[in-house]
Amino acid sequence: MSTAVSTSVEQIRKEFPVLHQEVNGKPLIYFDNAATAQKPKAVLDALSHYYEYDNANIHRGIHTLAERATSAYEDTRKSVGKFVNANETEEIIFTKGTTEGINLVAQAYGRKFLKDGDEIIISQLEHHSNIVPWQILADQTGAVVKIIPINEKGELLLEEYRKLLSEKTKILAVNYISNSLGTINPVKEIISLAHDAGAVTLIDAAQAAPHHPLDVQDIDCDFLAFSAHKMYGPTGVGALYGKRRLLESMDPYQGGGEMIKEVTFEKTTYNDIPYKFEAGTPNIADVVALKAAIEFIQSIGYTFIHDHEELLLNHANKVLLDIPGMTPYGQASEKASVFSFNIDGVHPFDIGMWLDAKGIAVRTGHHCTQPLMDWLRIEGTVRASMAIYNTIEELDIFAEALKDIVKKFKK
Amino acid sequence: MSIEAKQEEIIEEFSVLDGDMEMTINYIMELGESLPELDDKYRNEDYIVKGCQSKVWMHAYLNNDKVKFDADSNTAITKGLVSLLIRVLDGETPETIMEHDIYFPEKIGMNRFIGTQRSNGFAAMIKQMKLYALALSSKTKTGA
Repeated sequence: MSTAVSTSVEQIRKEFPVLHQEVNGKPLIYFDNAATAQKPKAVLDALSHYYEYDNANIHRGIHTLAERATSAYEDTRKSVGKFVNANETEEIIFTKGTTEGINLVAQAYGRKFLKDGDEIIISQLEHHSNIVPWQILADQTGAVVKIIPINEKGELLLEEYRKLLSEKTKILAVNYISNSLGTINPVKEIISLAHDAGAVTLIDAAQAAPHHPLDVQDIDCDFLAFSAHKMYGPTGVGALYGKRRLLESMDPYQGGGEMIKEVTFEKTTYNDIPYKFEAGTPNIADVVALKAAIEFIQSIGYTFIHDHEELLLNHANKVLLDIPGMTPYGQASEKASVFSFNIDGVHPFDIGMWLDAKGIAVRTGHHCTQPLMDWLRIEGTVRASMAIYNTIEELDIFAEALKDIVKKFKK
Repeated sequence: MSIEAKQEEIIEEFSVLDGDMEMTINYIMELGESLPELDDKYRNEDYIVKGCQSKVWMHAYLNNDKVKFDADSNTAITKGLVSLLIRVLDGETPETIMEHDIYFPEKIGMNRFIGTQRSNGFAAMIKQMKLYALALSSKTKTGA
């Protein structure tokens, strides 16, 4: 974390080609980072370099390109291992993204070990990707899904969580940071309480990876899943961390090449971790480029990222909260740089369309968190989610744009 | 005015806006504001047009064997878009509505202005209006 070099947001912006364009005749302001972040040149270069020079199928190839591709792929695994502070590189499994990581645990661990009447605890804040895999597992096994409630600020009610825990609790799965509200959850404490009850824990770190240092040994989670594309890396790739003991106890997730030791028609033996969970030719190029994304984050450092994003959030509160009719959602004391809101009498869709006309990209709707929207008794929100390359000036333009839009509806 | 003429008129109006997104949205919203109020009794699940991201309620009935459409939406921009369809199809016979292609959304660059997902919503609305016309066509025949 102390690797932060002297840098500026202006310099960082230069690394992102996509930011330097006009949209609908206005300079692009990209505030949809919680959906996906833009990619720095280093990541784009890593992708094209791989295809231009190193492309080959990995593992077991005896030629030079296969060797180069394999090393690049396995180097990323080492890099991810260090990025999340895993004890061993073999505890890192490449996936399509967070969603696949969670489904993998639900099926390969949950389906093997859960039975009728067991309980899975998730929270009111979860993304559909950390709800539906557990509902599927519950249908398959007879297990029951329990929900940690939240308060008005969008924070988990830990006293209620304690009451949910029992010897029946087999899995605890919560997000590190809420995608809709930005709440940063006290995962270390949540995990410790779950372990006391004998449960296995999974952290959905999709929103945390770009903003917050990950340390699986410190928080002591059993599984942690994240996606590359939200942390300035390519789409279609992510990683799942799992403790060796648990990964070894699990059944394979999918069958195919790569994940086997010996195949006969009578009996097949499976490969060791992590390969046991990586059936088929993986997304090699994007895995290779994920390393560049990690190096990009490390070159800036989480201290700089945190300080800049806190500055942005504070400024967002300053310039947005007094807009007529403004209702913000999610005011947790520990919060990432997400500003989710509605304006009285204006549908989020209309706001989003108007903002787009002004070159400002936001997300509108339920953000794949329908149970949370139901709890808030709203259909959806407008969500502006900031990243390392956003600026105070962009927030000022955003605030002025919103004021202008409000006027159009107050005619 | 024929359905073609009405569509050509809309295409002409939008061409004046010259692709300016803010002016276009402003214009669409103004069109929506002039749409007659929909009776509250039609604002329920039975009258929702499926396939739309935002909610559209639509009611159709016969008046002298011509189809009349009433509609509303919970979003101002969608309401404006619905008003364009009503302008083209309202007051036509069920047969005319079923026979004619609605081509103006593509010509005025709906994809650019409302995105692919919204265009699907638009397609769902056109389909629903034709279904209403089909249902009402049997009534004119039995009534005759």
